[in-house]
Amino acid sequence: MSEIHHPNYVKVWAILCVLLGISVAGPMFGVEAVTLITAFGVACVKAFLVMKNFMHLNVEKRIAVYMLSTCLVFMFLLFAATAPDVMNHEGWNWHRPMPEIASATPHGGGAHH
Amino acid sequence: MAAARPIATTRSATGIPTGRLAVWWIIASEIVIFGGLLVSYILHRLGHPEWAAFAAHTNTAAGATNTFVLLTSSLTAVLAHKAAEEGNGSKAARFLRFTMLGGATFIIIKSFEWHHEISLGYTITANGFWSFYYTAAGLHALHVIGGVIIMGFVSAAAARNHELQRVELIGLYWHFVDIVWIFLFPLLYIAK
Repeated sequence: MSEIHHPNYVKVWAILCVLLGISVAGPMFGVEAVTLITAFGVACVKAFLVMKNFMHLNVEKRIAVYMLSTCLVFMFLLFAATAPDVMNHEGWNWHRPMPEIASATPHGGGAHH
Repeated sequence: MAAARPIATTRSATGIPTGRLAVWWIIASEIVIFGGLLVSYILHRLGHPEWAAFAAHTNTAAGATNTFVLLTSSLTAVLAHKAAEEGNGSKAARFLRFTMLGGATFIIIKSFEWHHEISLGYTITANGFWSFYYTAAGLHALHVIGGVIIMGFVSAAAARNHELQRVELIGLYWHFVDIVWIFLFPLLYIAK
């Protein structure tokens, strides 16, 4: 890979730090949509920058991208297969009552199921 | 080439050197592990709006500082790789030691953070939110510690100009650890 033009790693790091600042500042606006976009949108951008510039995934052989993408798909399959049991509260021949809303205390506050 | 050399270092079916291919396999499998854990957290968090009250107690300043520390350590890791590519083992080892310092700093900050939270009664068995918090951040911290240990061995060899190709490999693993934290930070500290 030595013939490949290297990006300016310090510049990429500086951009990552600015993006970190944006994600920390997002909640200060008090708007949920802004918080979510700055938090997770920035996270996706940062992850992309690290994968492209630090891990050199853009110049790596395609097989590596295929391997990572396959496992990402499997991860979403795992979620999709288990999510209905958690998110639904009734189905064919079963019913799960809603958990009680617990008080916001640090000791044993959450409902357990 | 010496007959005693293992096949894995002389053949590659994919065109990628075997060591690097192995690291990509590790990262791919960790996507399922960490991804599964994080989407499970998202799933349960959406089903428990009352967890917002517990999440308010996470220390955003500590999380942001740790994010900065890991981003900087990723920079030093990739600079180590660049030095190794140039054949400069001692420079690569120096940058790897800075990366190890970043990892150690991360663990120290997390220790202070958790000590404070545990002293307030926010333990792993307190409720579902804190269970996810300590499990996800703890699993990540274990990966940081493991990475630092391996990096120690790689940097020791690199300082003698030996096995310089391993600098890139441990760097790839370290960037993956950084990316996991890039997603953990907003989940646990920002999107409360």
